[in-house]
Amino acid sequence: MEILVCVRRVPDTSENDIELNSAGNDIERDDLVYSINEPDNYAVEEALQIVARVGGNVTVATVGGEDDEEILRREMAMGASHGVLITDEAFSGSDGRGIATILKAFVQKGSYDLILTGVQAEDGGAQVGGMLAALLDYPFASLVNSIEVMDGKKLKIGREIEGGNKEISEIDLPCVLSIQTGINEPRYVGMKGIRQVASIPIPTFGVSDLGLDPSAVGEAGAKVKRVDYFVPALGKGAEILHGSREENIDKVLELVAAKGGLK
Amino acid sequence: MEGIQSSAQLTSWLAAGWVLFMLIHILGVVCFAYIVAKRVAPLIHGQRDLRFDQPLVRLGKVLKFWLGQWKQPRYKTAGTLHILIFAGFILLAMRAFTTLIVGVSQNFVMPGLSGRAGPIYNTITDYAATIVFLCMVVAVIRRLVFKPARYAVPAKFGKAHTADAIFLLSLIAILMVADSLFAAAKAAAQSQQGQFFEVLVAFSLPWMLQRVFAATALPTLGRIYFGAYLLHEITFYFLLCYRPFGIQFHVETSLFNIYFAKLDREILKPVRYGVSEEHLDQVKSFGVKTFEDFTWKHMLDFYSCADCGRCSDNCPANAAGRPLSPRFITIKARDYAFQHYPVLGRANNGTPLVGSKESGCIYSEDEIWSCTTCGACEEECPLLVEYIDKIVDLRRGMIDDGNVPQSLQKPLKALESRGNPYGKMEKKKADWTKAQEFRQACDVKVVDGKNGADTLYFVDSITAYDDRMQSIGRATAKILDHVGENFGILGAAEKDSGHEVRRFGEETLFMALRDHNVEAIKASGVKRIVTADPHAYNALKHDYKDVPPVEHISQVIAREVKAGKIKFNPVENENSVYAYHDPCYLGRHNQIYDDPRNVLDAIPGLKRVEMKRSRDRSFCCGGGGLMLFYEPKEDQRMGVKRVQMAAEAGANVIVTACPFCMVNIEDAIKVAGMEGKMTAIDLAELVDQQLVCGSAVRPDDLLVATISCHSEQSEGSAVLANSRNAADSSPLRSSE
Repeated sequence: MEILVCVRRVPDTSENDIELNSAGNDIERDDLVYSINEPDNYAVEEALQIVARVGGNVTVATVGGEDDEEILRREMAMGASHGVLITDEAFSGSDGRGIATILKAFVQKGSYDLILTGVQAEDGGAQVGGMLAALLDYPFASLVNSIEVMDGKKLKIGREIEGGNKEISEIDLPCVLSIQTGINEPRYVGMKGIRQVASIPIPTFGVSDLGLDPSAVGEAGAKVKRVDYFVPALGKGAEILHGSREENIDKVLELVAAKGGLK
Repeated sequence: MEGIQSSAQLTSWLAAGWVLFMLIHILGVVCFAYIVAKRVAPLIHGQRDLRFDQPLVRLGKVLKFWLGQWKQPRYKTAGTLHILIFAGFILLAMRAFTTLIVGVSQNFVMPGLSGRAGPIYNTITDYAATIVFLCMVVAVIRRLVFKPARYAVPAKFGKAHTADAIFLLSLIAILMVADSLFAAAKAAAQSQQGQFFEVLVAFSLPWMLQRVFAATALPTLGRIYFGAYLLHEITFYFLLCYRPFGIQFHVETSLFNIYFAKLDREILKPVRYGVSEEHLDQVKSFGVKTFEDFTWKHMLDFYSCADCGRCSDNCPANAAGRPLSPRFITIKARDYAFQHYPVLGRANNGTPLVGSKESGCIYSEDEIWSCTTCGACEEECPLLVEYIDKIVDLRRGMIDDGNVPQSLQKPLKALESRGNPYGKMEKKKADWTKAQEFRQACDVKVVDGKNGADTLYFVDSITAYDDRMQSIGRATAKILDHVGENFGILGAAEKDSGHEVRRFGEETLFMALRDHNVEAIKASGVKRIVTADPHAYNALKHDYKDVPPVEHISQVIAREVKAGKIKFNPVENENSVYAYHDPCYLGRHNQIYDDPRNVLDAIPGLKRVEMKRSRDRSFCCGGGGLMLFYEPKEDQRMGVKRVQMAAEAGANVIVTACPFCMVNIEDAIKVAGMEGKMTAIDLAELVDQQLVCGSAVRPDDLLVATISCHSEQSEGSAVLANSRNAADSSPLRSSE
């Protein structure tokens, strides 16, 4: 099975103190460390596990700049056979539909049975997967947390429904799936692995390579524009229990039961 | 010596069987040689291990640990038994060989024993055989009646080893009886014929048997003589060939195991012996994934284990109910070797070691991650079996395969991108120095191009970033300031020492952290390094190369106390009883046991008790570095056990000298519900708290000095001040 996983590099929320910049329209990006968007990492792991079971190749692609090569190499160190950097000046400032348009053009250059994205980008809006499927006219399923390959170009996929129930569906290939975290346990990528793929050339694709109209993508084509960015004021703090251990235990049980946490 | 007639008669009894004896000799030796060759086979498939250097040092080890049985007395009963048995075996070795040869060459006398030495040697060995026999009896009784807990085999590790142990003990007992019977029958026959005979020494086994045979007819004695010989020979060869199938193989391998034991234990095994770091990129697979990835010496360790259970008896992970028991790390690998390199049939090698039991793996992932590398097992092992290197090698294999718990992946990634496991910003690394009150008392400079210093205070991640541990950092800085040290910190340029990164098997990441730090340290131009973190201390001292000499703060304090630069105010609360907890990487791994104790004993009025487990038998608090992120499966925290040990010793303040110990012990005090009854304080914090400030101290200055010293109130002092009787008992307060 040929699988394409669309990945993205984002500021790592656990390793940064996210602060607003002085203009108030974005975060302060000096001193930030970036990493692969976490759900995308689960998608790559899932693709690798599928390929390990049924054979095939995993390609990881990202729309971005030179700096984004880093995450492609990390995923190649995990086991992806190819990494592709889709980059062009004209792509900067793309909105979700722009990114989906670019990815669609890239997908049509190759032949993929299955396209995976993370359920959402940590700094995004969970929009690209669905739009990419629509543009390609492929079936789409979101929030997928289990995949089973069936005979004859079909997958059996599961997803969790609000409240903890699980729904299982069949979906025809080729299709686009957005992958929920928790679908697997992604393997660790050590420094040694990254060093071993450090010199593998990563092909790049630009506007002309993909046959795109520059005015349809990037800032020129964006119809959604960010106008503000702020950190909401802190709400009421947590309730601190002041009592003996036994009293506190009773109180906690009472509170959890009151919120429906205990049955 | 003996009458010709008797000798002829006796030899004729044996001569009848010499063809049979010869056959047994040949069969026994051939079988043993074949079995040993089969046992050596996996060692040839094992990895390189450079253990052929420094023969004199190695011989010294053999004298101390093998011939001298150095570690045995750590367990009094078992140790005494073993020393007696070992000494008996050494003494009896020549007698056993003489007896074996006598069967085929009846007049053989061991060279050197033909003269006067003969009877003396016989006297000694008569007793030796008797003592060994009695030891066997005691050992069997211990196994059957007293059943020491450390011999038990938990169900998850298979069946009890008792039957096998008793079988082997019985075989040795039979060997001793046969040997004594042989001597007794001969002496009885000679005595009956009125011949000169060797006097059997009183109360030895042969002596007793001879008395039994006093009235036995000569032909019967002849048959007993022959029978005893046959029994001795068969038992001897059976034991010889059976030992390589179980725990008694150590009789043969221990000498080699100790000769080839690791000499530089404080230095972790390289990824591959003989491959330099620059060439590591060419090593395809890191660590141990299959049995053949172990070095030949590590395999020899598996064969040499005597199953005595001392490692696991001292292992904190085992005590806490984690899935790890070092004894079974070895026993399972030995059984694997026996099964996959069978004596009969072909080798079946290369199967993975770590994974699920269903897929045939012998170790579970949790088992391998459970180890805190505290070193208690290695400290105890009488045969010098190495564990930490094996655990680290198995982890290297798991890291290489990407097989790492999610709970460890985050801190590892943060170490890669930010240089600390918490993912905190580098620029905030020196924030602990910026607390206002502290800054007024002690201005800590960051050494860079502009600001030079003689001494570098290497803070390391936890002390720099953890709110609670920053207090240890500030106390350390104040002590250095007090003794007039021209010191500074690296600040943002300091990355994690990587001590646990390396011990968790992420060698490449460790090398990157180390290289960064070495460069920063060199650029700083400092002449020496001080740290308050034993893990950083161990890394800087043993894992790093080409850095200035490093000291732990407890060494600095001990020296300055001795020099009179540090003076202490008396302890305020006379109800406080202190117990010092030895951090593994200060104590066992670096033998710094006395400096911290000397410092404590220099504080006037400080009552100190020792926990039962202290010094080289200290009990790990739960592990440091990445171990804080690992979520083990355990019944009880190690720290809780440790806190209970302190309470048992009668202490209500635990003093430690490691920020990780502080995390674990303070947590454990809460988990054990001992808040208010037990507190923990770091040595540096205690010293800072008790420090008499100013160089010349006049008695009436004392009070003022104490107050200003307390300007930055550490957690420990706060707790102490809260103690009920603090106000009444303090001599200082009463003078107020």
